[in-house]
Amino acid sequence: MSLTKLTLAAVGLAVGVSGFAAQSATAAEQFIPSLVYRTGPYAPNGTPFADGAMDYYKMLNARDGGINGVKLVVEECDTGYNTDRGVECYERLKGKGETGAAAFSPLSTGITYAIIDRATQDKIPVFSMGYGRTDASDGRVFPYVFTAPSTYWSQASALVRYVGGEEGGMDKLKGKKIALVYHDSAYGKEPIATLETLAEKYGFEFHKFPVTHPGLEQKATWLTIGRKLRPDWTFMWGWGVMNQTAIKEAAAAGYPMNKFIGAWWSGAEPDTRPAGKAAIGYKSAAFHSPGSNFIVHQDILKHVYGGGTGTTTEDKVGEVLYNRGLINSVFVSEAIRTAMGKFGNKAMTGEEIRWGFENLNLTEAKLGKLGLTRFMKPIKLSCANHEGGTPLRIQEWKGQQWEFVSDWIEPMNDIVRPMIEASAAKYAAEKGITPRSCN
Amino acid sequence: MLYREAGQFKSSYDEDQAIFPILQDRIMLAIVLIVAFVAVPLLFNEYWLSTIMLPFLVFSLAALGLNLLTGYAGQLSLGTGGFMATGAFAAYKLAVAFPEMNIIIVFLLSGVITAGVGVLFGIPSLRIKGFYLAVATLASQFFLIWMFNKFPWFTNYSSSGVISAPPRAVFGDYFVTGSSASPQAKYLFALAFVALLALAAKNIVRSHIGRGWMAIRDMDIAAEIIGIKPLQTKLGAFAVSSFYCGISGALWAFIYTSSVEALAFDITRSFQILFMVIIGGLGSVLGSFLGAAFIVLLPILLSNAPTMVGLNISVDLISHMEFMIMGALIIFFLIVEPHGLARLWQVAKEKLRLWPFPY
Amino acid sequence: MEFLTAIFVTPFVEIVSYPIFFFEVVIGGLLAGVMYSLVALGFVLIFKASGVFNFAQGAMVLFAALTLVGLMEHGLPWWLALLLTIAVMVLLAITVEKVVLRKLVNQEAIILFMATIGLSYFLDGFGQTIWGSDVKVLDLGIPSAPLEFGGILVNEFDIVAAVSAGSLVAVLAVFFQKTRIGRALRAVADDHQAALSVGIPLKTIWAIVWSVAGLVGLVAGIMWGTKLGVQFTLTLVALKALPVLILGGFTSIPGAIIGGLIIGMGEKVAEVFWGAAFGGAIEDWFAYMLALVFLLFRPQGLFGDKIIERV
Repeated sequence: MSLTKLTLAAVGLAVGVSGFAAQSATAAEQFIPSLVYRTGPYAPNGTPFADGAMDYYKMLNARDGGINGVKLVVEECDTGYNTDRGVECYERLKGKGETGAAAFSPLSTGITYAIIDRATQDKIPVFSMGYGRTDASDGRVFPYVFTAPSTYWSQASALVRYVGGEEGGMDKLKGKKIALVYHDSAYGKEPIATLETLAEKYGFEFHKFPVTHPGLEQKATWLTIGRKLRPDWTFMWGWGVMNQTAIKEAAAAGYPMNKFIGAWWSGAEPDTRPAGKAAIGYKSAAFHSPGSNFIVHQDILKHVYGGGTGTTTEDKVGEVLYNRGLINSVFVSEAIRTAMGKFGNKAMTGEEIRWGFENLNLTEAKLGKLGLTRFMKPIKLSCANHEGGTPLRIQEWKGQQWEFVSDWIEPMNDIVRPMIEASAAKYAAEKGITPRSCN
Repeated sequence: MLYREAGQFKSSYDEDQAIFPILQDRIMLAIVLIVAFVAVPLLFNEYWLSTIMLPFLVFSLAALGLNLLTGYAGQLSLGTGGFMATGAFAAYKLAVAFPEMNIIIVFLLSGVITAGVGVLFGIPSLRIKGFYLAVATLASQFFLIWMFNKFPWFTNYSSSGVISAPPRAVFGDYFVTGSSASPQAKYLFALAFVALLALAAKNIVRSHIGRGWMAIRDMDIAAEIIGIKPLQTKLGAFAVSSFYCGISGALWAFIYTSSVEALAFDITRSFQILFMVIIGGLGSVLGSFLGAAFIVLLPILLSNAPTMVGLNISVDLISHMEFMIMGALIIFFLIVEPHGLARLWQVAKEKLRLWPFPY
Repeated sequence: MEFLTAIFVTPFVEIVSYPIFFFEVVIGGLLAGVMYSLVALGFVLIFKASGVFNFAQGAMVLFAALTLVGLMEHGLPWWLALLLTIAVMVLLAITVEKVVLRKLVNQEAIILFMATIGLSYFLDGFGQTIWGSDVKVLDLGIPSAPLEFGGILVNEFDIVAAVSAGSLVAVLAVFFQKTRIGRALRAVADDHQAALSVGIPLKTIWAIVWSVAGLVGLVAGIMWGTKLGVQFTLTLVALKALPVLILGGFTSIPGAIIGGLIIGMGEKVAEVFWGAAFGGAIEDWFAYMLALVFLLFRPQGLFGDKIIERV
């Protein structure tokens, strides 16, 4: 944002993201709300995500004229990562467009929790991609919530599997020490139960280090980790400024960077770049590739940035969180496309899109058609399984960009899935919900 | 002309001491209540009821609580968020542990529990004053939030630490919490609470309790000399204020967002409520409502305004502008009327009394 | 019982069995405390001279850092960017004095406090409108390698921070004690009316104090910005400075430094050795509790002016 832009806005010229929100309503239009945070303490991470999500929709409109001829109308609403603002955005946007909102991606665990009830009532899918309520992966209890392609619990198990592989076998984990540094909130607490279960199974020691929001000060944590406990591996469930601080303090305490692995929300350019050289070798999990060497990016650069309507600058295309926003839009738009396959090429209602999500099947061939070959693994959702359980990969920060350093790692579905089902059943009992049958 | 008390005679002490001695005020209040209880639920749509009116009511109640403490008793507090969290979690634990208990009793009890906690954290006020006290109350703020976040007992061992309100009904099967409750039911339930508690507040501040608070506020040593006990008075103010904040927290968790984590009541919430009290007017029941309206409505208005007038401005610019306008307006109002919106209303009333012949 | 052991026995056993680690924590805490002091200093300066509890100090820290890094991103050399930022902060101080303070002269403290909150909102929005809200890397070439002295780990960056805080206090002390303006500032701090009556221009003095606080904010912004990257969260460092402030006293510059050292050391030692007993993440409230305990014995803070009450 620059002064010039401000001036432009002040004189009332249309600039910016929602530039194509005000189209004439002659043809069929699908309304897609987009809850983002381009302001507030987490804006540095929220902005690239929002840009990627927006650019993909813009590209679909520019290249194909929307989905099957139905134009996409996207409206952003800034939540600032505040739950009450998020609820306001939800209520404001849920009824817009001819068929109402297509699906909500709340982009915050707190907002996800707050709108699950409302969305279920309003019959609008909530697509919380890799965040939110893990046990909502059980589609029998949570018919309107989708957690694809993976959840924190699956991620925790995949990280343990990766660490086991690095140590030379899962049996070698016995007696090893694994520490978890986590954001002391609903989000950060998610992996604890899984890691505790796995610690029991594989016999490693598990140590927890909560960090209070926003995480500006972590000296005490890292002195303990780097100088006294010296764990063999450290995982981090951090977000925003907590990530940069952790990397800096870890380096300052002399903790080896290559033993330090972040969750997928702790591994993007805004996390590592401010830490400078100290961050080289830092790892994180991911369910999609970094970088812009994919056909979809070429299409975005050609159709969106070529036309001068890009949301951000060209050099930001292909950043980790940009790609994550993009993939979020891929899921939503493919769910819509799947729904259209059954209900016809018109604007879909939330209920129809929910069907689309449950029958979503992104095969290798389909990903190829979308220009996403090698970008992510094929995934298939079902009535009962709203997660899909995609394998993960570990990426490493090389100083300028992220690169994969491992192969795809399967999560331990055999351990995680029963935990999800048990937790969902408990929720159903507390809330008085009768799980639907999926046969 | 419209607002003139000439000709309204009081022939008994009771009449003279009525809460609203002037006829026009009574008529005005009646209109406001009729609008709030009848017109609003009938005319407003779901968006307005559940995302504007509900937070407005919840915040008003919290602001009212803080105003009793800060505006009337002169004890600056930044622990409001912590007390709201106490109310929310107390209500959750009570509602889950005793499913048979009426939700109204649950809310009142959670207010009582919060009052106890408030008294505990009010003890330092006997020795610490002014901004030192404000920062000291932050200790309670940080401690309470940490506690609710840390001990899974408070959230019934939910893996993420988020509580979600169980569905509860009043008067048989008239649901006021949970997902099946209609926005109208939620709104009316919250409104009834707020209206009754506001009436109670209006009465407390003109009783001997309230006068004791004001004496302490204006000069505590002088108050002590004329026989007002600082211990009882200050802690009493903390207790009543926390009771209000606790109920407001319970309303937040059960009626407004219907699921909540401790972080929703963090330090920014405390500041937000302090803003309301100062902007609305310290030492004024009406001011609490005006302040809450200002702080709740303005950001929503500002963020909706560009789309309403058809401007396409990117959302981040809208949010940044919202911050700037908000800040500028706060300064502007303080310069125009440092004693808050309630004082503006008072000035308007004075003017009206003389209108149209001000000389 | 187990809980009591975790509080009264285990931590001491650990301290005795790992003395070097204990010293590392103490030194790390002291150095972290210096970073808090840097922010607290700005609060003290303004409160001392004008009795205003300036909530916008955090926003000023962010605004100064954002301006500096924003100018550098536009290709200016660092010294020019620094000079321009200083100019901007002085300009800001003059504007604040003219637009806000002058209009609110003689108002109650809480009203002025509220006005600075408004200012803080405005600065947050303004800074981000101009410079954007993504993380900016501030690299002034400050080293940050870990060093070991006799087995005790210290970070170069923390030492640089401590040195700059120390020299900042020294410069401020000389400024307050030896210069004409400094003496005028102290006179104003002692008694507004008496100062006015001997011909000290109050308005100019306030503008100067706010400028100095802006410069202190700039130093804090550079140090914190180098550490975390320049971003919106920097405004929240103000919250870390508040316990320092009440512990040291609102009106004492040495108090801000010593308060910072006590808070920094106290919270780190508590977190490392006692955190486990409580489930961790206790340092935030512990800092406030520590300050509260001090306050119960000295209600005006360690070095604050004695509160004299008259009827």
